Amino acid sequence: MPTFRARRTATSLGTAALAAMLLLTACSSGSSGGSADAADGKVTLTVDLFGTFGFKETGLYDEYTKTHPNVTVKQSDTQDEGQYWQALQTKLAGGGGLADVQGLEVGRIASVMQKQADKFVDLKTVGAGAVNDGLVPWKAAAVKSADGKVLAAGTDIGPEAICYRTDLFKAAGLPTDRTELAAKWSSWEGYLALGKEYVAKAQPGNAWTDSAAGMFTAEVGQQKVRYADESGKPVYDNNPAVKTAWSDSAKLVADGLSAKLPQWTPEWNKAFSTGKFATLSCPAWMIGYIKGQAGDAFAGKWDIAAGPGKTGNWGGSYLAIPKTSKHQKEAAELISWLTAKEQQVKLFTKQGSFPSSTAAQGEIKTLQDPYFNNAPIGQIFSESAGAMPAQVLGTEDGVIGKAFTDALGEVERTGTAPDAAWQHAMDNIKKASGN
Amino acid sequence: MAITTTTRSPRPAAPVAERRPRARWGARAAPYGYLAPFFVLFAAFGLFPLVYTAYVSLHRVELQTSQQMDWVGFQNYTRLLEDPFFWNALRNTFTIGVLSTVPQLVMALGLAHLLNYKLRGRTFFRVAMLMPYATSVAAATLVFAQLFGRDYGLLNWALSSVGLNPVDWQADTWASQIGVSAVVTWRWTGYNALIYLAGMQAIGHELYESAAMDGASRWKQFLHVTVPGLRPTIIFTVVVSTIGATQLFGEPLLYEGNAGGGISHQYQTLGLYMYEQGWSFFHLGRAAAVAWVMFLLIVLLALANAAIAARRNRTDR
Repeated sequence: MPTFRARRTATSLGTAALAAMLLLTACSSGSSGGSADAADGKVTLTVDLFGTFGFKETGLYDEYTKTHPNVTVKQSDTQDEGQYWQALQTKLAGGGGLADVQGLEVGRIASVMQKQADKFVDLKTVGAGAVNDGLVPWKAAAVKSADGKVLAAGTDIGPEAICYRTDLFKAAGLPTDRTELAAKWSSWEGYLALGKEYVAKAQPGNAWTDSAAGMFTAEVGQQKVRYADESGKPVYDNNPAVKTAWSDSAKLVADGLSAKLPQWTPEWNKAFSTGKFATLSCPAWMIGYIKGQAGDAFAGKWDIAAGPGKTGNWGGSYLAIPKTSKHQKEAAELISWLTAKEQQVKLFTKQGSFPSSTAAQGEIKTLQDPYFNNAPIGQIFSESAGAMPAQVLGTEDGVIGKAFTDALGEVERTGTAPDAAWQHAMDNIKKASGN
Repeated sequence: MAITTTTRSPRPAAPVAERRPRARWGARAAPYGYLAPFFVLFAAFGLFPLVYTAYVSLHRVELQTSQQMDWVGFQNYTRLLEDPFFWNALRNTFTIGVLSTVPQLVMALGLAHLLNYKLRGRTFFRVAMLMPYATSVAAATLVFAQLFGRDYGLLNWALSSVGLNPVDWQADTWASQIGVSAVVTWRWTGYNALIYLAGMQAIGHELYESAAMDGASRWKQFLHVTVPGLRPTIIFTVVVSTIGATQLFGEPLLYEGNAGGGISHQYQTLGLYMYEQGWSFFHLGRAAAVAWVMFLLIVLLALANAAIAARRNRTDR
C-alpha cells in the first residue's frame, strides 16, 4: 500500500477549471460514440487522480488548453490511493460517477487487466494506440492485453535511491559525500552497518530511517519476481527474496535503527522537519514529497545518493479512459499529450516524477536539483532505472504489500516477534484473497 | 343515481345503502393510505436490502466482477465462523462496547443528577451537554487521534511531563481500545445525560422532599430515589447503547484512517470487519454474511435486554 499512497502531498482538494474559453468548432465525437457538449463544440474533460501526478502543479493543463481552446479540464484528487481505489471499484461496479480519465497505480494494473479490462477503452479504437510507444518495455507491456488492446497510457516509474540529511550526518561525524556514501551502502548490510554507526553517535531519539516498511518495500522492489511469479502463482510465502527483505527489515528494528513511523501518516509527515530520521528510501517521486513536507527551510540539508544495489522500482502510474466516458476521443488526445516525451521531461524537472519514456529519460540525464545540494538526480535515477528488472506484477500486489508492511509495523511498534508477525501477514493475505 | 334526485323516491334507502359501505371502506382504508408511504419506503430501503443481502450472502460475489454470482450455500457463514479475524472483531466489539458504554452511562447519570439541581446557568450547561453529540464523528475522531498521537500528542506530552512513559495509543491493544472508547464516550455522554434528566424530572419532587426531611444526604437521595425511579429510562439507554456499540464503525475507522482497525486489528470492530471485507477486499458475499450475523446478534441482544427488563419488573412486584 505505501506505493499507492506515495504520491499524496499537501495539495488542495479543490478542482480547477483551467480553460481559456474560446469558441471553436468541434473536433469531437466520431467513432467514439461520444458527442460534443453543445453545438459550439466545447468539451469538459474530467480527470480523477490520486496523490500528486503534478499535471496541475506544473501547469500542463493550462498549456494544453492553449492549443485546444475548446477543451476544459477538471481534475479531482484523492490523496490516499487506497481510498481512491476503493471509490473507483465502487464506481466501476455501479457504472456511474466515473471521470473521462482515471489514474491507475502500477500495483493495481494486473488486477485491472485481469478482472476489468472490459471496463476501459481500447486506446487503439480512439486513435491513441501508439501512446505507449517509446516507453520502457515492461511499462507498456503491463497494459497490453493478450488480444493486443492498449488499455492505459504510462506516466512515470519509480527508480529508487536513498535520500539523507547532510546536517544530521555531519553532526554524527558521518561522511556526507554522496559517492562515498553510495559505496558504503552498496548493499543492505552496508546500509544497516552505517546505521548502527549513526545511531551510536547521534542524539538520542534520532533514528537511522523512518520505518521498516520503507526499507522492506525498497528492497522487495529490486526483485523481478516478488509476490507472484510469471504464471500468476502466488509465491509471497516462499520467495527467498521476500524472506531476505523481511529479515533485513526485522534486523533494522532489532538494531534500533527505525523511528517506527508508519508511512503516509501525519506523524511521519511531521518528522520530515524534526530530524527523527536521517535517511529515507527514495523513489524518484519522493523528491516532490520531501520538498512539500520539509519545506524551504530544509533546502540544502537533504541530499540523494544511489541506494543499495543501485536499482529497484517503487510505484509509478497509468492513465485510462473508462468506457462510460462520453468524450473518449478528446480524453485519448489529452492523455496522449500528457504522457508524451516533452511533458514527461517537464514533470521530472519540476516535480521529480521519473519518465517512463526512454527518449525523455535521455534528455534528463544531466539534471541537478538545487534543493538536494545540486545532487545529480538525473544521473542517479537514470542509472537506477537502467538496471531495473522488468517486474512481474500480480493481481494482489497491493494487498500483499500492505499485509507485510503492517506486520513490520507490529514488529517495531508492539514488539511482536518477527516470526509471529510473519504469520500474521500470511493470515491477513489469506483473509484478503478471493477464495 | 339520477333517480335519487327526484323527490319522494319510493326507494330512497338504496343509494344510501350503496354509498355507506363505500364510505366505511374509505374510512377504514384512509389510515392505510396515510401509512402507505412509510411502508413503500420501508419496503424499498429497509426490507428489500435486508432480503437481498441475505440472498447475496449465499453467493460468491466480488465487487470487481459483481455481475457474476456463484451459489455457495452457507459457505460464507461457515467460513466466517472459522475466521480468527471474525472472532477477534467480535471480541473487540464487546470490549470496546463495555469500555465505552459503562463509563458513558455512569457519567451521564452523575451529570444528569447534578443538572437536576437548581444551579446558575443551567440551560447553558444543558446545551453544552449536547454539543459533543452534535459534532460530527469525523471531526471528533480526528481531534482525538491528534490528542492520542504517539510522538506529538497532547496526552503523551502530559504523561512524560509528569515522568511517566509515553503510551503508543495506536499500536497497543488496550490503549487503542481505550482511545476509541474515549471518542464514543465523549460523544454520547451528554446525550444520555439529557435523557436521564428528562426521566428525573418525571420523578415527584415530594419524594426528594420527604427523603430530605428524613435526613437523607444527596448521595442517598440519588441512590434510593433517583435510580429506582429511572429504571425504565436506564433500561432504554442500555438497549440503545448496546445496539450502538454493536454497530460501532465511524470512530474506529477514522482513528487511524483505515479499515483494518490497527496494525494488529487490535481495535477492529464487527462494523469495520464487514467494511473491510466488502470495500477493501471487495468480497461482497462475505460482507453480506457479516451484515446478517450482525443483524441477528443485535436482535438477540435486544431480546436478552427485554428478557432481563421483564424479569426485573416481575421481581419488583
